[in-house]
Amino acid sequence: MLKSDRTFFLRPQDMIGIAVLAFLLIVILPLTLDNFRLQFVGKYLTYAFVALGLVLCWGYAGILSLGQGVFFGLGGYCMAMFLKLESSSVEATKIQTTPGIPDFMDWNQITELPYMWQPFNSLTLTLIAVILVPALFAFIVGFAMFKRRVGGVYFAIITQALAAIMTILIIGQQGYTGGINGITDLRTLNGWDIRTDSAKTILYFVCVALLIACILIAYFVKSSKLGRILVAMRDKEDRVRFSGYDVANFKVFVFCLAASLSAIGGAMFTLQVGFMSPSFVGIVPSIEMVIYAAVGGRLSILGAIYGTLLVNWAKTSFSESFPELWLFGLGGLFIAVVLIFPNGIAGLWQTYIAPRLGPLFGGTAARRASPPATPPAPPPSGSAAPAAAE
Amino acid sequence: MFADYSLAELGSIFVMQGFAGLILFSVFVLMALGLAIIFGQMGVINMAHGEFMILGAYVTYFTSQFFLNYLPGLFGAYFFLAMILAFFAAGALGMAVEWLMIRRLYKRPLDTLLATWGLSLILQQLYRSVFGPREVGVELPSWMMGSISVTDTIEVQINGLFVMGLTIVITVAVALLMYKSAWGKQVRAVVQNRVMAGAVGIDTEKVDRYTFGLGCGIAGVAGSAFTMIGSTGPTSGQLYIVDTFLVVVFGGAQSLLGTIASAFTISQAQSTMEFFLSGSMAKVLTLLGVVIILMLRPQGLFVIKVRR
Repeated sequence: MLKSDRTFFLRPQDMIGIAVLAFLLIVILPLTLDNFRLQFVGKYLTYAFVALGLVLCWGYAGILSLGQGVFFGLGGYCMAMFLKLESSSVEATKIQTTPGIPDFMDWNQITELPYMWQPFNSLTLTLIAVILVPALFAFIVGFAMFKRRVGGVYFAIITQALAAIMTILIIGQQGYTGGINGITDLRTLNGWDIRTDSAKTILYFVCVALLIACILIAYFVKSSKLGRILVAMRDKEDRVRFSGYDVANFKVFVFCLAASLSAIGGAMFTLQVGFMSPSFVGIVPSIEMVIYAAVGGRLSILGAIYGTLLVNWAKTSFSESFPELWLFGLGGLFIAVVLIFPNGIAGLWQTYIAPRLGPLFGGTAARRASPPATPPAPPPSGSAAPAAAE
Repeated sequence: MFADYSLAELGSIFVMQGFAGLILFSVFVLMALGLAIIFGQMGVINMAHGEFMILGAYVTYFTSQFFLNYLPGLFGAYFFLAMILAFFAAGALGMAVEWLMIRRLYKRPLDTLLATWGLSLILQQLYRSVFGPREVGVELPSWMMGSISVTDTIEVQINGLFVMGLTIVITVAVALLMYKSAWGKQVRAVVQNRVMAGAVGIDTEKVDRYTFGLGCGIAGVAGSAFTMIGSTGPTSGQLYIVDTFLVVVFGGAQSLLGTIASAFTISQAQSTMEFFLSGSMAKVLTLLGVVIILMLRPQGLFVIKVRR
């Protein structure tokens, strides 16, 4: 499965996979679901950005971050701050003591717009901030930790602590962040009302387009030399280091990339759902996002999208009919995905379905060569699997 | 910020906050001890640790109810029985979990993290379905209520003192068990070199199971002690899990002494700052400080040098 003879970064089966996903999201779902349900799918897809980042970061590079919600939140909050400022124009807020600032600031006796809110008056700056603020934050965290060779469980615990800190901070600093309610009552984007049904449908398609763009980026990273170094690093970090690569830099890069992807998801979430709150930042949502990637298959870029859709669909339908069963289901899913099918849906597909489909699309030999779902992490037995698993 | 208080008042504040910090310290130590054994000695991330603690708390609650209804004469002593029951209940559950789940995952620490998180969700929902979503509090026996006045401005609560005393006893017992008993020697041997330990005839699987059970059992006792100072709900355990992991990591994962030192530092920092800042900011600053120190010194405060 070495790809030295190819110049293009997508293999034929990847292109088919992306086309099928695009067809499903762009044609089938909008035609079969009513508007209300389609908005749900749109919301789930914003989590898929996070899962996509986790596939690169966790599946390929072996860095489990339990703080992806922080980046999702940062992206979402950046967007929400812009929208909030737009909806708190002087005439819209003239009943406040200080007109022209967001309502929650007024309630908290803040009389002028805080310094850190100023850039968010501009849409361009906001869009840049959505990508850059989380990436910068990830860079600081990643640089400090990977340079000191902190990895594995320590990294997971510290990122989890960061998620906790961020939530407490957002809730505590009510006047600047909107506190536990978050930033609500968002109305327009550059004068365009985002609350109408038609706007929501358009935003859904924007979200799908962005997601597919991000999937292409992910495939590009995966099939580049960088992607192979990431896999090598995960399986035998020391060997990569002894071969002369600076392991930390690659880790920092993939962590920042995952952060930016999550942030795009967060921003799209704010646009589609119309609010942002700390309940998408903390420990619980962050670790739940890991399960999306795990269920889809931690090594499969497309699997992560299906995993996200499936888990969220299950969550919504269970919560509607048997709310108390959902946590049992989710807990069971965590355990099952670890013990029974560690490579997720993609792994099951690879083992049971793809071999049967193989003759239809060619490339049978390569498919057959992929071993059954072995857990990817432990060297040395699993080290051959990941390269072939996608 | 100190200008508003006289010197004597400041002294009292520090003593009182220090005492509050000591209670927090006791809870941290009790929770972290179990976690330090499981994480430090076995390398297993047990995200369900808080739920084991809550199991202990529920056992204590039901024991107190039982004594209240059937043996009111002995109510003053119920806590000691409850503690033992909590230890065995949480320990037995821990051993079952180890046998069913953890032992298949020793080589994949990140996966244990996910699996135990799943377990914690299941246990939380189980508590909610069985015991109800409301928080429950135990009734303290009369000898544990009230407080002792040290000076005019300084008072210490008896239940706090009791929890502290209990913490010391349990810590000493664990230290003796780990460093003075034959069983502790086996555990440390398995931690340092599993293959060699197996080769000299130690049943490593059994040691693993009992170590995990012991860690969970101590969590149960921690939950028992926790009922003395706070109420218990299905999700109370989750509130402490991040702090506890930071305590263990900050102290240096394999060192019990480090765990105690870091629990002391973190709890004192938090409770002292709590008086001057809002509670949330105190917590943010404490956690942030710990995270930054960990970034600079990833191995934690105390390190045991082991040749691998």
